[in-house]
Amino acid sequence: MDLTPHLPALQVVAPLLAAPLVVLLKPRGLAWAGASAVAGLAFCIALAMARAVSAGAVLRYDMGGWSAPYGIELAVGPFSALLLLIITGAGLVAIIAARTSVNRQIDAARQPLFYSAWLLALAGLAGIAVAADAFNIFVFMEISSLASYVLIAGGPDRRALPAVFKYLIMGTLGATFYLIGVGMIYMMTGTLNLADMEARIGEVAHTNPVLVAAGFITIGLALKAAVFPLHVWLPNAYTHAPHMVTVFLAACGTKVAVYVLIRFDFFVFQANLPGHELQSTFFLLPLAVLGILVASAVAMFEGHLKRRLATSSVAQIGYIILGASFATEAGLLASGTHLFNHALAKGGLFLAVACLACHYRDLRIDQLAGAARSMPFTSAAFVVCGLSLIGVPGTAGFISKWLLISAALEQGDFAWVLVAIVLVSSLMAVVYIWRVVETLYFRPAVAQPSSPGEAPLSLLLVTWLVALANIGFGLAPQFPLTLSSAAAQLLLGHTL
Amino acid sequence: MSAETAVLVALGLPLLVALGIVLAGRVADNLREAVTLGGALCLAWVVWGLLPDLFAGARPQVTLSEVLPGLPIAFRVEPLGMLFAALASGLWIVNSLYSIGYMRGNNERKQTRFYACFALALAATMGIAFAANLFTLFLFYEMLTLSTYPLVSHKGDEATVRSARVYLGVLLGTSIGLFLPAIIWTYHVAGSGDFTAGGILAGNIAGADVGLLLALFVFGVGKAAVMPVHRWLPAAMVAPTPVSALLHAVAVVKAGVFSITKIIVYIFGVDFLFAEPSSGWLVFATAFTIITASLVALRQQNIKRLLAYSTVSQLSYVVMAAAVLKPLAEVGAAIHMVAHAFGKITLFFAAGAIYTAAKKTELHQLRGIGRRMPWTMGAFTIGALSMIGVPPTGGFVSKWYILAGAFQADNLLAIFTVIASTALNAAYFLPIIFMAWFAREEAGGVEHGEAPPLVVLALLITALLTLGFFFFNGPVIELETQLVEGMTP
Repeated sequence: MDLTPHLPALQVVAPLLAAPLVVLLKPRGLAWAGASAVAGLAFCIALAMARAVSAGAVLRYDMGGWSAPYGIELAVGPFSALLLLIITGAGLVAIIAARTSVNRQIDAARQPLFYSAWLLALAGLAGIAVAADAFNIFVFMEISSLASYVLIAGGPDRRALPAVFKYLIMGTLGATFYLIGVGMIYMMTGTLNLADMEARIGEVAHTNPVLVAAGFITIGLALKAAVFPLHVWLPNAYTHAPHMVTVFLAACGTKVAVYVLIRFDFFVFQANLPGHELQSTFFLLPLAVLGILVASAVAMFEGHLKRRLATSSVAQIGYIILGASFATEAGLLASGTHLFNHALAKGGLFLAVACLACHYRDLRIDQLAGAARSMPFTSAAFVVCGLSLIGVPGTAGFISKWLLISAALEQGDFAWVLVAIVLVSSLMAVVYIWRVVETLYFRPAVAQPSSPGEAPLSLLLVTWLVALANIGFGLAPQFPLTLSSAAAQLLLGHTL
Repeated sequence: MSAETAVLVALGLPLLVALGIVLAGRVADNLREAVTLGGALCLAWVVWGLLPDLFAGARPQVTLSEVLPGLPIAFRVEPLGMLFAALASGLWIVNSLYSIGYMRGNNERKQTRFYACFALALAATMGIAFAANLFTLFLFYEMLTLSTYPLVSHKGDEATVRSARVYLGVLLGTSIGLFLPAIIWTYHVAGSGDFTAGGILAGNIAGADVGLLLALFVFGVGKAAVMPVHRWLPAAMVAPTPVSALLHAVAVVKAGVFSITKIIVYIFGVDFLFAEPSSGWLVFATAFTIITASLVALRQQNIKRLLAYSTVSQLSYVVMAAAVLKPLAEVGAAIHMVAHAFGKITLFFAAGAIYTAAKKTELHQLRGIGRRMPWTMGAFTIGALSMIGVPPTGGFVSKWYILAGAFQADNLLAIFTVIASTALNAAYFLPIIFMAWFAREEAGGVEHGEAPPLVVLALLITALLTLGFFFFNGPVIELETQLVEGMTP
């Protein structure tokens, strides 16, 4: 039996069904093994779909045999496939590495629940990527958000509770805004299916409810995506979450919202609403630029390692939005590639943080002084991923930076300003990464590690795997490039 | 071994050596040093083996992989890069001898990391020398910066880390902030960044943009240390002396001036740039650097800092020669890379020898030291005379060519600068030589003799090279004449 046509559904159904089953796996370690197996399966499905669509095809699936626009449709094109790779890849890598870290941070009795929530988050995030109608995007967004609240608050750090409360409020606001917008469009067009919506919205493009809906949807998703200045929930939530949850969510959590924002915008609005491109030029682009500069500057002075990296994420989301806001093929290519490359770099950095956290309870940067002496491999992995975040040639980060600057150069009069902004923020990244590196390598130790030595081997191996992937995709980036270039063409051609 | 294979071996070998050093370092120090020395010999053998092909006019090229469409990692050996690679690989042998004597003589820590990073730096240097396009050049340029950072911060104390921060900040900052946009701009307007005889920019860019792009390149390549991006070089002097000698007198700094020369010759095209008035500022900038750095050198009290400022000034000789934009001057630029390398590595070797034998680092401590360390100070004298450009040393040859090129272009500023700086060089080097040989030693100093034999051997070799280059420079000039074929005299 050829499973290929069913893969889009399996991508979501597998983790969703497995989630309640994992709760039953009480014996120690079994829940982890089960959840890892399912995450591995999800990754294989994503990989298979990525191969199937990399030429630009779209996999469509009608749930229950009801055809669109009446039934629920799932669609996987190159853009969704790229995102699914990021989501399932991050989910898999983090969960494999998670075991020792989770054993330290979460009591054994609650671990099955934790892994169950993990799979729910995975299912929700994957669902957003495969859903082809606006309402199911909302449903999966809620599933993933509720699961991630649980994950973030699940650690031993009590400060996670206020952080997650803030995240809950902001996240709900964002989702509600999105739902209001979708409701208004439904009111005007009578459809929720994105393809159908695209066909019908042109007739009512001039009406106020559609304009208001576009506003609500953009703001709501920007909140979810932590676009500056709607990012305030992010640093605390990432800082106080269990380390492995941070790895998972930092690699793909906000990117999913960016994906919906880009997809909705290019697919439904861009071609149909007259003058809509102004939203990119005068709204998203300035916000992206501000985000890049302000967040990078703040990251330079942030004293807590996790919060510094989380703040840097806000700047990196700015890069992704910046590329998309050019509304050109080169810009979208840069955007898509950076989605992938940033997940690699930031995921690797947070993995290294998790390694450090095995021996250092306090992750303030000055407390980590001299850690490279007892943890040379962890520190070296941090350097490699840090270089990728900076965008040094030979690493994945360089590819996206090159593409972004090339795209910015096509932007006419303001090209030089944009190029300068990207370069200045790269230099700020040098500062905030290298201060950590110097502290790890050269400062005399302040805090004694709880037990001298390297992180557990499983964690270390995964960290190095990601670090090497940063170099690998810096020297041979063909795979993500093919996907994101096909995605860019489809987004501009409105055929997704 | 075909020439193409040789290119790949030259790039891969130092990486293997680095790995071998790490592994051998766990077994025995002697084995580790043997790996270094053996690796250096093999590398030189491979690189020098390419020379006959080059003289015959061959230009071996290899494409490794295509990273982005139109953006391959590719290598192509041409006369300028060949010269640079031959120079760096040859001097690595001598420097390895010296390193062994120096690092043991001073009981330096973390020697395995030191030798491994050194090999990595050589791999990056080979990549820079053989790069076939701007992208590949940039890749290895950054690799060189990063691989030398642990060498500069070797000592690991607060002051060293602060200097290393300046080093990394300036080099990484200029390369990301200026060099990278210049490269992307070039790809954007010319559609490629391949090093092509005659340049690729003619017809694609004009007017003030040419001068601006040139500025992005010249200041973006911070390793060339044209003022005001020279600060990293004096800062780098906190490194152990072998690092200062090979990397901050030969590999790293020459990578800078080499890149600029290569960009002027193969990206802009000499004739295109000569016809473009907006490129004229470069001679002024380099003239300013030459004179100012010499004046600063006059006031230095520390031997290595004096040598660093002398290097800043000498590097701008190369850039100025390239910027004169006439065939003889381009040849002069290439020759000066060699002549300065021999002379300056000798001077640094001598400074390190003095430190090893007597723990002396300041100029005033050198009174009468010539009698205690005659071999070292003899070599120092030869190196210093080469800096001034006195025959029979290598420095005279390159100055001759640079002046000839300047006359070819009727560039009075360049002529004046060469003459003035010769006087200044004499003003800061001759008193040291006089003091070392003829002044009376201060009473109460420590008793010491010559430096360890390996150290002395190394500096004698480079001193002989400095002298020898005056007499046997024919092949180099013949090779570099190929570089300027087709240029308007």
